[in-house]
Amino acid sequence: MSEIIIKNGFVFDPLQGIRGDKVDIAIKDGKIVETTALTNPKTIDAAGMTVMAGGVDIHSHVVGPKVNTGRLFRPEEKLFQNIKKTGSRMEMGTSIPSVYKTGYDYARMGYSYVNEAAMPPLHSPHVHEEIRDTPIIDISAMPVFGNNWFSLEYLKNNEIENNAAYTAWLLRATRGFGIKIVNPGGSEAWGWGLNCANIHEPVPYFDVTPAQIITGSIETNEYLGLPHSIHIHPNNLGNPGNYVDTLETLKLAEGYTAKNAFGRTQVMHLTHLQFHAYGGEGFNFESKVPEIMDYVNSHDNITVDIGQVTLDETTTMTADGPFEHHLRAVNNLKWANVDVELETAAGVVPFVYSANNKANAVQWAIGLEIGLLAKDPMRTYITTDHPNAGPFTRYPRVIKWLMSQAAREAQMDAFKHRDKVIDVTNIAGIDRELTLYEIAQMTRAGTAKALGIADMYGGLAPGMDADVAIYNLNAESMPSDAEEIEKAFSRCAYMLKDGIVAVKDGEIVAEPAKRTIWVDVKVPENAQVNRDIYEHFLKHYSLKLENYSLFEEHLHNPRVIEVNAAE
Amino acid sequence: MPKKIENVGCPYCGVCCDDLVVTVSDDGRKVLEVENACAIGNEIFQHASSEGRISLPRLRQPDGTYKDISYDEAVDYAARVLIKAKKPLIFGFGSTNCEGMAAAAKVAEKAGAVLDNCASICHGSSFLAIFDNGYPSCTLGETKNRADVIVYWGSNPAHAHPRHMSRYSIFPRGFFTGKGHKGRKIIVIDPRYTDTARVADIYVQVKQGQDYDLFNAFRTVIRGEDIPDEVAGVKKEQILQVAEILKKARFGTIFYGMGLCHSDGRNHNVDIAISMTRDLNDFTKWTIMAMRGHYNIAGPGVVWAWTTGYPYCIDMSKKDRAYMNPGETSSVDLAMRDEVDAFFNVGTDAGAHFPIEAVKHLKKHPWITIDPNICMASEISDLHIPVGIVGVEVPGIVYRMDNVPIQYRQVLNPPDGVISDEELFERIHQRISEIEAEEGITQTSAAAAGTQTSFVGE
Amino acid sequence: MKTVTLTLNKQPELYLECNDITPDAFAGKTPAEIAAIEIWEGKQKIPLGDFFTVEGSAGATPAETKIVVAGDCTRVKRIGQQMTDGEIVIESDVDMYIGGWMKGGTIHVKGNADSFCGIGMEGGELIIDGDAGHHVGAAPRGEWRGMKGGVIRIGGNVGNDTATFINGGTIVIGGDADIHISTHGEGGTVIVKGNAKGRVGGQMVKGEIYVFGTIENPLPGFKKIETVERDVEGVQAQFDHFIGDLGERHPKSKGQPVYAHLYVKA
Ligand code: SF4
Ligand SMILES: [Zn+2]
Repeated sequence: MSEIIIKNGFVFDPLQGIRGDKVDIAIKDGKIVETTALTNPKTIDAAGMTVMAGGVDIHSHVVGPKVNTGRLFRPEEKLFQNIKKTGSRMEMGTSIPSVYKTGYDYARMGYSYVNEAAMPPLHSPHVHEEIRDTPIIDISAMPVFGNNWFSLEYLKNNEIENNAAYTAWLLRATRGFGIKIVNPGGSEAWGWGLNCANIHEPVPYFDVTPAQIITGSIETNEYLGLPHSIHIHPNNLGNPGNYVDTLETLKLAEGYTAKNAFGRTQVMHLTHLQFHAYGGEGFNFESKVPEIMDYVNSHDNITVDIGQVTLDETTTMTADGPFEHHLRAVNNLKWANVDVELETAAGVVPFVYSANNKANAVQWAIGLEIGLLAKDPMRTYITTDHPNAGPFTRYPRVIKWLMSQAAREAQMDAFKHRDKVIDVTNIAGIDRELTLYEIAQMTRAGTAKALGIADMYGGLAPGMDADVAIYNLNAESMPSDAEEIEKAFSRCAYMLKDGIVAVKDGEIVAEPAKRTIWVDVKVPENAQVNRDIYEHFLKHYSLKLENYSLFEEHLHNPRVIEVNAAE
Repeated sequence: MPKKIENVGCPYCGVCCDDLVVTVSDDGRKVLEVENACAIGNEIFQHASSEGRISLPRLRQPDGTYKDISYDEAVDYAARVLIKAKKPLIFGFGSTNCEGMAAAAKVAEKAGAVLDNCASICHGSSFLAIFDNGYPSCTLGETKNRADVIVYWGSNPAHAHPRHMSRYSIFPRGFFTGKGHKGRKIIVIDPRYTDTARVADIYVQVKQGQDYDLFNAFRTVIRGEDIPDEVAGVKKEQILQVAEILKKARFGTIFYGMGLCHSDGRNHNVDIAISMTRDLNDFTKWTIMAMRGHYNIAGPGVVWAWTTGYPYCIDMSKKDRAYMNPGETSSVDLAMRDEVDAFFNVGTDAGAHFPIEAVKHLKKHPWITIDPNICMASEISDLHIPVGIVGVEVPGIVYRMDNVPIQYRQVLNPPDGVISDEELFERIHQRISEIEAEEGITQTSAAAAGTQTSFVGE
Repeated sequence: MKTVTLTLNKQPELYLECNDITPDAFAGKTPAEIAAIEIWEGKQKIPLGDFFTVEGSAGATPAETKIVVAGDCTRVKRIGQQMTDGEIVIESDVDMYIGGWMKGGTIHVKGNADSFCGIGMEGGELIIDGDAGHHVGAAPRGEWRGMKGGVIRIGGNVGNDTATFINGGTIVIGGDADIHISTHGEGGTVIVKGNAKGRVGGQMVKGEIYVFGTIENPLPGFKKIETVERDVEGVQAQFDHFIGDLGERHPKSKGQPVYAHLYVKA
């Protein structure tokens, strides 16, 4: 079968501790192998280039109903679209690309794995249809649990075993990956047009607090020993002063340690931290990143991702229904909302982030501060909460800002309210420039470890998937012009997926098969949970239990991760 | 032994009942009994196993008669029509599964066609309103579990969506709505006193074509401003009374229908309904939903949005990109303006539903019908390709009116040899690639080289 | 100013899409180069010269370039799309999108224009001597940033959906207007010299509308506050002044709500 050897490149593989050494990467039958295992390989000469494992995105909204609502209701962003077709299908959309553009653009940036951040369980067949049509990249999808009536009822009484049995059932029913929590309790409250103001305010009618939901979910997750930890979008997103809620949320993880067989060490992943690190009030909000990152840096059982604002016109979409309703009153733009029975509530609103807007510029600074104040890049990851803070296609720009103080200063100089922004943030005083090794930690090694998939993705050790990105960057003489960094990460020289060259010189040359990754957990039989499921479907869902679970034929090219929590 | 199949989805209306129990004959050829369906749902299953289904494609002959041909020949014919046309139109998808729609999009893209669905002659105006103003909505279970006020505006589920009221809106008892009908206020707004209006607590008779004005009046009083003594034929007192109920609801849903989409101003009627829903969310919780007609007519909008970014009226004639502007790229407009030169009628009956002028224009060019049944369109076609009936003979995913995906099952075997829409479109796609390879045409130069004449007579 | 004359010498089977018939695309080009500019008929890309004879010559810049389009252009779309400067004269009726997303210069259509003329306009002047179809000076689908500037003058009547989401600029309609004027508008001015059918200013936040004739169905969300004397388009007259849409949100300026203003000749 096919053999490839990648020679002479500067290899960055934090999972093996390889820091830019010239190491040959050998590939056989879609896997990384020892070089001695090759007989007659084709050679890719990576001289003067940087070699990393395929990127692993821990949090992005790429498939499913709210992403698709965003696509559908923004014809204006495609009006003058004119991209030459190079893959097998046309590429449409900018902030919310079509499935084809999504797959191609991730591949062009050297990414091979994306974790879809929010799957409404009721819509799982839709999510899997889109996964089927998204080319090249492997995708997992996290069902949302934090407002699910089953979980609310179990966690009110701290019934961890029941919640675990239900969680295992739902992961299987939706072919989902892990426990996502969005605005715990708040999205259920939105069913009545309300919200939970903080983590101690009980959910209307359910008499459980967001704090209880969060700790109960951690316990559930560790009881089951899932590959990933709970993945939380905490309460009060976007509100000045919310760093207090964020710190309180993080502190809920104290005393918990990860129990799993997948090498994961955190018990809580807190996502798009940028939106949750605000001090002050009203329009006078300010960065509280130092306070939060001090906490994160000193607590090993927590991971975070940034959610960097990229200063673009984009489309916000979250399973935080009340937040999107709030946002539509801020900018008066079109607003889509979908409350999903018994489970969640999502909203979609276009948003224009502008360098001329002080608040947006402060958000920009806050995001970068998170990356730059991170002591452990294995626990702090690059995201834009695509497409909420900006499209994922801006990762190369975010990398540029993190790697170059000059690039940051150039951006700050372009701010209309430069001095005011500097006053309420810490960005101007930070001279740290991240290294390629740190970037590899923040974009693949760290994310793969946190997702519990570091035995397959995010590294280049023998036995792992042969997903490799080769960037046109000479690690020994990095370009003085930071724009070159952005360019190199935007369009990689090569991207290999399962040992097949999918991208060459930044363009799609092949579309190797992609996979759906899901987690199958064995739990002890639980008669009560079975009865609860039966009852809720009989009385409260609008469709039949038998039609809710994904039919096998709607799951495409699966890769199942098995977990045994029955013993 | 007859076989009982449970949890079967109904391939008729947008209510997408998925609780049907269908008993089929031993050989899987005949439906013997359908339980839980309404009369029309029942009928669709009975019809499927009726005699007279055709099982081979039929090609129009010079003498005007149809001759049976093989699927291979039909696929070849369809592929050549698509290659030859400067701007083919592929329309319909009122009764196709999502897998078939995805495959059709692939064909349309390859052929540089305009891809459109029945929404463009029914709920298309809803899309226009969504583009401009959003869509604060919910799933039907939310309405069932929470709603204490229901508004049917310009829709008559008693006729068009028979089980809508009992499954989701007026009658069911949900989690927070244990009293069922007793706990709910029903408001019907319609120019006609419909059967649905009979079950309403309040019936508002709006003047035909003046829905927009009435919405405007509601919005104005909701903001505390004054209005004239009568608007759109409705007395101010009644407007104030209804506005108060809307504001005081705990959870409300507006279900609107073709009455809004098809009267003057179309999309604007829906647009201002959305504006009113936005306004009401400053007071309490309100949601709005289109009463989509066919069981999977929400499907193409969903599938093509992830494919092309647009739900309907998708002009892919530039092949590298898609473009959409209803009013120009909508099927009836294209037909009336004589802007397309080949027509694919898929899972619908344009022969019956398009204006006669539009049909006349389309008839000047090749017309291919893809449908399980004989219909007006199939009888005026140049080629009729039969396919299996989705939801009866072909399983697959469909999207309910609230965009919830429902997995449909197969209950019967299709007539021998009959294939699915999905397989048919995949084969057409394959055949186009083969012909292009044979003729040495590359994707983009196919048209540019002026090859429009080189396929004539093939 | 130099002039290029295009004469349509045969009719297309379908329609021609000619978004590069602009002074911007023509400037600095020889007639042969202009004849080689690509236009579309359906999925076919064709050189402009296949359908048009090209005479005269283009100026060095768009500002110095005038284009005269002769022949029956009822099946020609998108002339003058996104033009920034110079001049276009169309001698006949013309199809859709004339002057769409136009930024500067002038277009003069001597006949009627079909729908979507002046859509998404930002600047310049678009004059149609005859009637125009629907969506004159409207925003494209889904776009909330509608017409921003420029002037559109229609000699005759217009269809529906004029000036949807208008943000700026002026539209003058010599004849009557069908339903929906300035729906969702947040600025700009629309003047209707004839009658308006109805739904005038619905969901409108800001901006102005003048109607010289009558409004068949006025909206309940507009409230008369006064009668004023105004000079509009050179006509001095008394107008009933309404504010609205009172059903819509309104921003505040110095603590006072800002409304849309509708003036109907008294
Ligand atoms: S209501 Fe509609 S979906 Fe339900 S059984 Fe009747 S026709 Fe079928
Ligand atoms: Zn997110």
